[in-house]
Amino acid sequence: MSFGPHLFLAVLEGTVTAFVLALTALGLSLVFGVMRIVNVAHGEFFMLGAVLAWYCSTLISGSPLLGFALALVVAPLLVGALALLTDWSVLKRVDYNPESTIVATIGLLYIVQQLVLTVFGPEARPVAAPVYFRVSFPWFGYSGYKLIVAGLSASLLLATWYALSRTRLGLYMRATQQDYEIAQAFGVPVRNVYATVFALGAMLAAVAGVLIVPVQQAHYLMGLDPLLLSFIVVIIGGLGSLKGTVVAAFVIGLSDGIVSVFFSPTLAKILATLLVAAVLVVRPGGLFGDNRA
Amino acid sequence: MKKREQQTTTRTADSFTLTRREALKSGLGLTAAAGAVGLAGGYLPGPLASSVYAQGSDQPIRIGFQVHRTGIGAVYGRWYERTSAAAAKYINSIGGIAGRPIEIVPEDDGTDPKRGAEVVEKLAVQHKVDFIYGPLFSHVVIGSAPRAGELKIPYFVVSEGYHVASGKLNRYVFQPGITDVRAQITSISSWVMDNLGKKVTMFFPDYAFGYDHRDYFSAEVVKKGGSIGELLAIPPTESSYTRYFPRIPADTEVLYHVMVGPGVLTFVKEMGEHFGSRRPQIFGFIDSLEGVDIATPGLDFLEGTHFWEAFPRYASNTDTRYSKAFREAVGVNASGASKQDPKDVATYSHMFGVWETLFVIKDAVEQSGYRSKKDYPALIETLEGFEWFNEGMAHPQGGKKFVGALHQCYGRQHISRVTGGKLDVVHTTAIEDGMYDAEGDYTKQSL
Amino acid sequence: MSAGRLRRILVLHLAIVGALFAVQFFLPDYHHTNVARILVLATFAIGYNLLFGYTGLMSLGHAMFFAAGMYACGLCIYYFNVGAPGGFALGVVAGGTLAAVFGLVALRTSGVSFLIVTMMFGQACYLTLLYFNEITLGDQGFTLSSNLDALHRAGAGLAYSDPDVKYNAAWLVFTGAFLVSALIAASPIGRVLIAVRGNEERTRLLGYNTFAYKWLALCLSGAIAGAAGAAYAVLFSYVGASFASILYSIYPLLWTLLGGAGTTLGPLLGTGIMFYLIDITSGWTNAYLFVVGGSLLALVLWFPQGVMGAVRARWARWLP
Repeated sequence: MSFGPHLFLAVLEGTVTAFVLALTALGLSLVFGVMRIVNVAHGEFFMLGAVLAWYCSTLISGSPLLGFALALVVAPLLVGALALLTDWSVLKRVDYNPESTIVATIGLLYIVQQLVLTVFGPEARPVAAPVYFRVSFPWFGYSGYKLIVAGLSASLLLATWYALSRTRLGLYMRATQQDYEIAQAFGVPVRNVYATVFALGAMLAAVAGVLIVPVQQAHYLMGLDPLLLSFIVVIIGGLGSLKGTVVAAFVIGLSDGIVSVFFSPTLAKILATLLVAAVLVVRPGGLFGDNRA
Repeated sequence: MKKREQQTTTRTADSFTLTRREALKSGLGLTAAAGAVGLAGGYLPGPLASSVYAQGSDQPIRIGFQVHRTGIGAVYGRWYERTSAAAAKYINSIGGIAGRPIEIVPEDDGTDPKRGAEVVEKLAVQHKVDFIYGPLFSHVVIGSAPRAGELKIPYFVVSEGYHVASGKLNRYVFQPGITDVRAQITSISSWVMDNLGKKVTMFFPDYAFGYDHRDYFSAEVVKKGGSIGELLAIPPTESSYTRYFPRIPADTEVLYHVMVGPGVLTFVKEMGEHFGSRRPQIFGFIDSLEGVDIATPGLDFLEGTHFWEAFPRYASNTDTRYSKAFREAVGVNASGASKQDPKDVATYSHMFGVWETLFVIKDAVEQSGYRSKKDYPALIETLEGFEWFNEGMAHPQGGKKFVGALHQCYGRQHISRVTGGKLDVVHTTAIEDGMYDAEGDYTKQSL
Repeated sequence: MSAGRLRRILVLHLAIVGALFAVQFFLPDYHHTNVARILVLATFAIGYNLLFGYTGLMSLGHAMFFAAGMYACGLCIYYFNVGAPGGFALGVVAGGTLAAVFGLVALRTSGVSFLIVTMMFGQACYLTLLYFNEITLGDQGFTLSSNLDALHRAGAGLAYSDPDVKYNAAWLVFTGAFLVSALIAASPIGRVLIAVRGNEERTRLLGYNTFAYKWLALCLSGAIAGAAGAAYAVLFSYVGASFASILYSIYPLLWTLLGGAGTTLGPLLGTGIMFYLIDITSGWTNAYLFVVGGSLLALVLWFPQGVMGAVRARWARWLP
């Protein structure tokens, strides 16, 4: 393939990756930004979304579109409920201590993995795309559903941005993020905001899982990779910055798409992880984030 | 084939072994040997199977089963476990091993080399099993083999890796139930070059299993006058593959792919999306779709492409009696999926190795007169003396050559074409096609 | 520190080391090798505990130090036939050097950032092992038994396949790490480390160069983890990339937390309990991830001090 189409494909692929990545990382970024805790089980919420989508697709035979729509409702609700339960039974009790939270969410990660392995099984199960068509370019073909995923992710990102900047909940969240104690003094129900944010983060991950599962397959170990990528995006973008997360997702998505086409993809991954470490050392608040901390 | 079926006789298990040994000694060719065993009646109908165990039936032979129940190998592990249970049931129904019943002692290794070595320890020392068998993933085999050697317990792997035959493990490690990957690759290379094309681009996972494919297949291609366009190693954590496809050179005639792990289906689907109808010839190892339904939506483009299979997944009317009986025993339907759950597709090209390995253990025990652990040297020397396994109920995949010095068996391989959403065998290799020069000799090591 | 307390500490630790030496004559075969394994893995946990338990720096990338020791030792034996002692020494140096270099960069961060930096570096090291697979043999790994056996037959090394050699070598490595950690914990350096854990800012204001102390703790921690990795390679004869994966960074955290972070005995106890918990539960369930996950949750919720932490708080406040 000549250079032009080659680059075009890399950019196309990079853009799609970026949108999905932004959506996956968004939940992690929100949780970190507002609550100052790292949720290591974030990838497992993503995985649960994908697995629930598979169950929905088997529940409704016939049109994959109905199963998909059902999954878009059911998966975030169930995963959000699990997150609320986690918040109430674990995180609240360790008082959102950053290190205890990390250990606890590692524990949660293994419990969820084992649960899915026991109930759902070890195999990678395919879920049919709600709409399937192939877009034919003159040089190569491309999955139409992937373009739809990119579009849906973009609208979800917009919706989140709207919720953050225009609603009361968003106001509470921003207040809590900026100063926990002052927010509390002004009557913001901080604990409820925490629970809501944790659930919201999990729900976003679950939606990302539902969207991506027709492109990948539902598998009980699928959570680790999105977790690491989300970490990379959130850190480079700046912890808790929505804009930063989206920009970083594009930087990572596009560069990964382009770099790994011309170099070894394993090398690209090594460089990306080292880049993250470097960013954290040089600018602890991320490239776009608040660097006063 | 038909004729033989009508002649199904009711011989005892003893005469079965005897005849097999005679066939072995006379060194008959493949077809003749298969015929002889067919007559000997390796297949025993159910009611007759209740034969009482012969003298000394008090103690069962305990066989430790190191199984990937969790971790990345879990799909294979589950089918290995089912096959193992079916084989044990069948062996017990024909009188056990040397008149002793067989007892399988399973233990999960989490597809992890560290736990694998600990499991070997536990099975050998705590459960005091007679033998250990069962692992598939190469890193688990290599991680566990040293401990098996130290404990001096025969360790039978069903991995298809080239590690045993490379001579790098030890005298206690055997792979008598499945052909190693180097032989598999070597044996199908001529057919691929002659029938599909000579300019090859390869996709393989960026780890050891993939390197065997890269090294041995590209060596064969070059040797046979072809050329390699591009070697594309895919990192193990990859979940999207679209961006690798542009690197396929335009003049590629054959795309060779072998992938493992949960991403395999994505890989194949995205390959289809990329090419549409203008694709080169595609040849894959069934590992790319092991445990996956060929009729999955999005895989339609595979129509007309070719796959390597060790044991054809789809039943056909040319199947041998043994092949049919094996399929029945392990509970797999004509499309290669579980009879209980048609969505649960078997790892059919690998799991027969578990079955066959148990029968090799049976033969070795019976022919060496093994009674207890002190007889290990005799058993190992007997095993190393084996040269041929006859096709039959013990070896439903087909007859196999065994090279004692390498502790490795060699069987026939198949190339299947996807036709109407099913795999149809179009070519079967000869065992000699896969042979290569030996790199080691385990018999020189001390016991 | 009072002389009486110092003597008590010394007696206790020597008694434990002595008891561990003595049990080898009574242990049944199976547990004989298991204890040898536990001693090597506990050494890894001791290294982790120095950094996490005493200095308060939580790392999620310690597998890289373990792997550095394992590969430095394993590759030199595999390719150059250096003997096991030489390989072991190289492993210690490799673990310590990696920690020293890494520390200069990573210790500029703290808290959660430090944790993520360690995790990212750990992942980069894991991928690097895969990337240079032509040398490291990638995920599949390699065995050392044929090299070590050949050396032994040539009269240039011990028979590491022999259970007694295995046990005593593991015991020796463990004893070294155990006594070093006890010594540090009881020394003035240990007190500064604990002060850093309690309040780094205040410790700095007292005139201590906290960065240097943290760096020292990290170097020691890395060297001890490297020693454990090298010992594992020699004694269990396998070197593979899976030991560099993130799970092997989480294990020492779990062992240390379970046994009691910031106690000298905790790592051994935690490693032993966890080993047998998984070994025994695997008899009736293969859901061992439940065991790992459940223990982590339970520890955080109800038992944050771990076993030895609770013992110290209740009965023996003099324990280091």
